[in-house]
Amino acid sequence: MTTTETAHDVQHAPASTRGPVRRLILGAGLLRGAWMFLAFGGFGFGLVVLIRWLAHWHPIIETQSLVLVAGLVTAPLGFLAGIGAFDYWARYCIGSPTREEDHSGHGARSWRDYFRVNTDHKVIGVQYLVTTVFFFLAGGLLALLVRAELARPGTQYFDPQTYNGLFSVHASLMIFLFVIPAFAGLANFVVPLMLGAADMAFPRLNALSFWLLPVAGIMMLSSFIVGAFAGGWTGYAPLNSDHQPLGAIFFNQGVQWAGASSIMTALNFLVTIITMRAPGMTFWRLPLLVWANFTTSLLVVIATPFIAGSQFFVMFDRVMHTHFFDVGAGGYPLGYQHIFWFYSHPAVYIMMLPGFGIASEVISVFSRKPIFGYRLMALSLMAIVVLGFSVWAHHMFTSGMSSWLRVPMMITTLLIAVPTGIKIFSWLATIWEGKLHLRTPMLFALGFLSMFVIGGLSGVMLGAVPIDIHVTDTYFIVAHIHYVLFGGSVFTIFAGIYYWFPKMTGRMYNEKLGKLHFWLTFVGFNLTFFPMHILGTEGMIRRVADYPPRFENLNMFISLASFGLGASVIVFLYNMITSWRFGEIAPANPWRAMTLEWQVTSPPPTFNFDEIPQVVGSPYEYGVPGAQHAVLAPSKAREMEEVSV
Amino acid sequence: MRRGSIVALLGIGVIAGGAATAVALVPTWLPKDASREAGRIDFVFWFVIAICIGIFAIVVAVMIFAILRFRVQEDDHEDGPPVHGHTGLEITWTAIPFVLVTAIAIVSAIVLSRNDAEAGNTLHINVTAQQYAWTFAYPDANNATSPVLRLPEGRSIELDMRSLDVIHAFFVPEFRTNEDLVPGLVTNVHITPTRTGTFPLICNELCGLGHSLMRTQAIVMKPTAFDAWLKQQQKSTKG
Repeated sequence: MTTTETAHDVQHAPASTRGPVRRLILGAGLLRGAWMFLAFGGFGFGLVVLIRWLAHWHPIIETQSLVLVAGLVTAPLGFLAGIGAFDYWARYCIGSPTREEDHSGHGARSWRDYFRVNTDHKVIGVQYLVTTVFFFLAGGLLALLVRAELARPGTQYFDPQTYNGLFSVHASLMIFLFVIPAFAGLANFVVPLMLGAADMAFPRLNALSFWLLPVAGIMMLSSFIVGAFAGGWTGYAPLNSDHQPLGAIFFNQGVQWAGASSIMTALNFLVTIITMRAPGMTFWRLPLLVWANFTTSLLVVIATPFIAGSQFFVMFDRVMHTHFFDVGAGGYPLGYQHIFWFYSHPAVYIMMLPGFGIASEVISVFSRKPIFGYRLMALSLMAIVVLGFSVWAHHMFTSGMSSWLRVPMMITTLLIAVPTGIKIFSWLATIWEGKLHLRTPMLFALGFLSMFVIGGLSGVMLGAVPIDIHVTDTYFIVAHIHYVLFGGSVFTIFAGIYYWFPKMTGRMYNEKLGKLHFWLTFVGFNLTFFPMHILGTEGMIRRVADYPPRFENLNMFISLASFGLGASVIVFLYNMITSWRFGEIAPANPWRAMTLEWQVTSPPPTFNFDEIPQVVGSPYEYGVPGAQHAVLAPSKAREMEEVSV
Repeated sequence: MRRGSIVALLGIGVIAGGAATAVALVPTWLPKDASREAGRIDFVFWFVIAICIGIFAIVVAVMIFAILRFRVQEDDHEDGPPVHGHTGLEITWTAIPFVLVTAIAIVSAIVLSRNDAEAGNTLHINVTAQQYAWTFAYPDANNATSPVLRLPEGRSIELDMRSLDVIHAFFVPEFRTNEDLVPGLVTNVHITPTRTGTFPLICNELCGLGHSLMRTQAIVMKPTAFDAWLKQQQKSTKG
């Protein structure tokens, strides 16, 4: 547990005159969250019933609108208000005197502080990571259930409704509750430190962004109770606006909470990166991880409102009987796909660019060489952002959209391989003639590099319309997205977790177990996902529980491999938990890295830097005699010399 | 670079490329084609695969060589040479992929326009999909209907496809065709069957709980047999 003590703690703790019982019930926290959850839920319930009664609508008790308003909107708001996510703003709004900022919500003194609304970016970063790993496990278990069903043709364990729910919830959790927020969590911890800032620009907004996540995740998981949404994570209309059980609105609404979290975090990153850079930290001196999160945040704030819109339209069609996608009343089903993919293609880069950032940091540090072609690396990120908005219809080559759109979208899609290729070749040039230290983060970064090449090349194949016409919606697509999102995103998330673990926890992880985890993941991953390419081109389609017997052997093989891949996570969890508790104490800078987060203690002091550092050069000057990235306050620098090994 | 290093690098590249080529050639990737369009699509497939194998071999060779050659012990605290970039190299690896993807785009666009081009004497068939069944109607034969798609070999065929409820998709792997059937729209597929036989016809867009059962067959027949069958269907429809 990160335990930091500062002078602020004792002096400014809020002096409360309330009795302990009153404080327990009325003070911000999980208990108040629980009763306010029920109270707000009851309010929403009453409101719907009252309106229906006044308007003479029958039946007065109607499940769908009650679940939507009370269960998915007001009750979660009550929970957020209860834990205190809105306290400061609420006081401000009603004109009540706001408490002077005493920083009592900063830093964590015991494990309980991680279950409170905390405004410290480092605590929030850890909250994010632990929460997202939880949903990674949940989503992974769902995937193993899918593989269990697919081990043999015919129906084994699940009826079609449950089966379709399994893969739909698996994808939604992995995308919205793991990959996107896990990167946000790593960046939350690291970006302010790398900038030389004391915190994010809007710490209270940062806390709120985090707490929206468990709400979204529990919503998606709990859809199984009422009949899971079973239309795939893409949720195409009219299947999802009309023909689905109640769980479909859990997805529509869960996406809103997760999306709001994403947008607020991205806004926070943009403002932080633009306004809170330490003196001397010009854009051309930013570490590439910061560049990556800057470009990702641009994508998030521009694109995410589109998926929010698409899910609202679908939900309105269901609940309010609008006709966005109802052909009989003049609706247009392809409209859904255009709006959805206008977000969901950039979302692929939202899930990849932060990983590029992590790979750049790790590869440079463990090669002991400057990143090759730094400016082109940063510019290629910007190129991906711009091109990323012009390729969405490549998901729709066979959708029946205007056929003239196919060739232009193919060209932009293929062109995006150019900036991506630049990054891959620049990483290769970075390791060339370096001094390679194959520690766990580096293994995951190199694993990412080799797997992402395969995912990128299968992406080029899919970009070519004639090939896509044959393999669209087959297991070839399943293979491709897992090479990109598992081989790409998940490998870099692991690289990032191992790389910054010493900084976050103040302890070293177990190197042997880390390497074992890497090899199990790497082998298990390839055995699981590579054969899917073959299944796909042979014509096995995705999203089916049953398939022709001729695909049986490969499917059995894939299922067995996937259980091995699943087991590799146990090694990871064991390593993280035992190292966090009993690991060797970490020095300030175990990797001899130059970026600013490694120039302070592990874990960093509550306000990161005792004095604002002065940035004087590039963050990657390995091998340049006497080069410095930043000068810390002299007192600090002396202290550092004593601490570092 | 020393000559030995170049040989080692090339050697690893050849091994990696050879392994990738073996993976591409040994398993059966594509089902045996049964339409003129499929042959062209397969050409694009193998054209792009060849480029992919080349790129993959280069990346893997450089990476494995670097790992073997430049790995150091943990107590080695030296840094690598401070190389910040090389403009020539950076231009090269921007330009070459650009040329390659342009080539892929051109080949793809040509194949696409060839496959979409309709020949004379086209047979039109109306395809209707609904949860979870297919109906094929032949306008030339008084809209005689059939639950399986029967086609004459060697003739240009245009499918005019409609959906009655949600989105479905028409997929026959042997024809290399995939196209959605969207409520409110008429979408088209153009095929020229080249081989008689019975092929699976699959709904390839998640359309509800019966999606995995929404399968039928495409049967390609000799033209004379097809004509006889069509007459028979027409009669039974009238009767």
